[in-house]
Amino acid sequence: MGTHNYNFTEQFEFTGKPKMLSIIGIVIGLAAIGYGLSDHELHERTFANLLLMAYYFAFVCMSGAFFLALQYVAQAGWSASILRVPQAMARTLPLAAVVLVLVIGAGLYSHNLYHHWNAPGLTDPSSEHYDKLIAGKSDFLNVPFFMFREVLFLAIYSFFAVMFAKNSVNEDLEGGLNYYNKNFKYAVVFLALYGFTTPIFAFDTIMSIEAHWFSTMFGWYNFASMWVSCLATIAVILILLKKSGYMPWLNNSHLHNLGQFIFGFSIFWTYTWFCQFLLIYYANMPEETVYFYKRLEYYKFWFYLNLLLNFLAPVFLLMDRDNKRSENVLLIVSIIIICGHWVDLYQMIMPGSVESHNGFGFIEVGIAAGFVGLFTFAVLSALSKQPLIAKNHPFLEESLNHHL
Amino acid sequence: MGNIKYILGSFGDPDEMMHGIEKLQENNIKIHDVYTPMPIHGIEAKLGVKRSRLDIAAFFFGITGTITMLSFVYYAAAVDWPINIGGKPHFALPDFIPITFELTILFCAFGLVGSYYASSHMFPGRAPRVMDLRATDDRFVIAIDAAQNPEHSKIDNLLKEAGALEIKYNERKYVSYE
Repeated sequence: MGTHNYNFTEQFEFTGKPKMLSIIGIVIGLAAIGYGLSDHELHERTFANLLLMAYYFAFVCMSGAFFLALQYVAQAGWSASILRVPQAMARTLPLAAVVLVLVIGAGLYSHNLYHHWNAPGLTDPSSEHYDKLIAGKSDFLNVPFFMFREVLFLAIYSFFAVMFAKNSVNEDLEGGLNYYNKNFKYAVVFLALYGFTTPIFAFDTIMSIEAHWFSTMFGWYNFASMWVSCLATIAVILILLKKSGYMPWLNNSHLHNLGQFIFGFSIFWTYTWFCQFLLIYYANMPEETVYFYKRLEYYKFWFYLNLLLNFLAPVFLLMDRDNKRSENVLLIVSIIIICGHWVDLYQMIMPGSVESHNGFGFIEVGIAAGFVGLFTFAVLSALSKQPLIAKNHPFLEESLNHHL
Repeated sequence: MGNIKYILGSFGDPDEMMHGIEKLQENNIKIHDVYTPMPIHGIEAKLGVKRSRLDIAAFFFGITGTITMLSFVYYAAAVDWPINIGGKPHFALPDFIPITFELTILFCAFGLVGSYYASSHMFPGRAPRVMDLRATDDRFVIAIDAAQNPEHSKIDNLLKEAGALEIKYNERKYVSYE
């Protein structure tokens, strides 16, 4: 409580070890892609991994924009001093969107992705490959409309993400409530669009890999996944910044709030996961159970690991108040959750694409390292362009004195 | 002055009351408790109030609910009256997660309401224990145990200096039984 004298003009300097490590990550990623594409047998597995990480990359950045919108609409005070981190993630969204569209486009073009609904003859009644179900869905699931939706949704999210960050920088320069109110209005529109379009985005990008199967919970399940992994990412970035001497105003009450968010939304993720699982398990209809049959038959380890990392670990490690307030515990749990949602996506994508030819080796680790490197590089360079605090945010004082 | 039990400093302003707490603490006078009509941020830390153990109680109430429901369902569905439902195992765990969850919450909520009533000596129909009735309205009251702190005039002066509007010498601990 009381007075403070923080340096509001301090900027993050993106040099040294973080820069080296992220470039090494990108190089490893490129090597893994090169290795995967050199062997024809491995093409599909490489593309499945590229889709996994490109989707992960895009949805963490999208959720960064969602975090901003939520704080603006709720007129939240506690988060005012940490908004530059999600803003940096939001600024990275256009890059992530381009990468995702390129991966999807290349996958569709080379028939390495979505071949379940994108293959010659599937919708032609005279062909031997004719698939009545796919033909029935082809008004929605056809390449031009599919690409149009992907590009449209990502363009909408990117536009709002960049506007949030831009308005906040203008607010720094000019002060006043003008830009704050502007962001509030943008955030209201964004949340409505985001809420209605992310389920479709998830249906398209991930659920259509197994085009016969469908689940109306899938969109929310993916939303929970992206939101909690985004919160964990924000926590990791903040804690590492604090540990390297930046953001002295970040206190353990801010971490407590983030920890509560991570704890709560990990349980929310489990709730949506379980909603999907229980109804399919209970109703026991063949066209639905096929999804979990594959996962429990060939992916048993990943299936249970998913629950261990994304439910049991955060619940037991973050239940205690002192753990939510501790930098080290929150950092470890956040890293567990980030890895956990990789596993979550892995068991969403692999059984439908590479089926029993999955693996866990250089391609998986290398491509993940590549995208982590790209994310770190892009986010930290975006972060280094402005001061680390939005000094004219109307609720800044509340955030600096935040105490739970 | 022999039978005074508590000295109450009644303040009209929370900041003045916080200042009064500081003054008393500087003079090594032990504060019994503070009563305010609204929550005041940071007062627990200042008075050195221990953290509530309600969360630990909540955990144990919850886990009791979990165990109760799982054992009941196991007894009912697998031991006492097994029925084949859709070819599933008799004790098909996923089916019973929602009800187990509900009972965990129910036990937790009832248990917490009960513990709260017990620890705050409140119960429907029972007169609440209040040291100064205006602490429930517009006054911020510091209570000092008169037997433990014998320098009554000094306490009196300290409270007045800090801005107390009124100082009471209660001969009974609580005034609200009548």
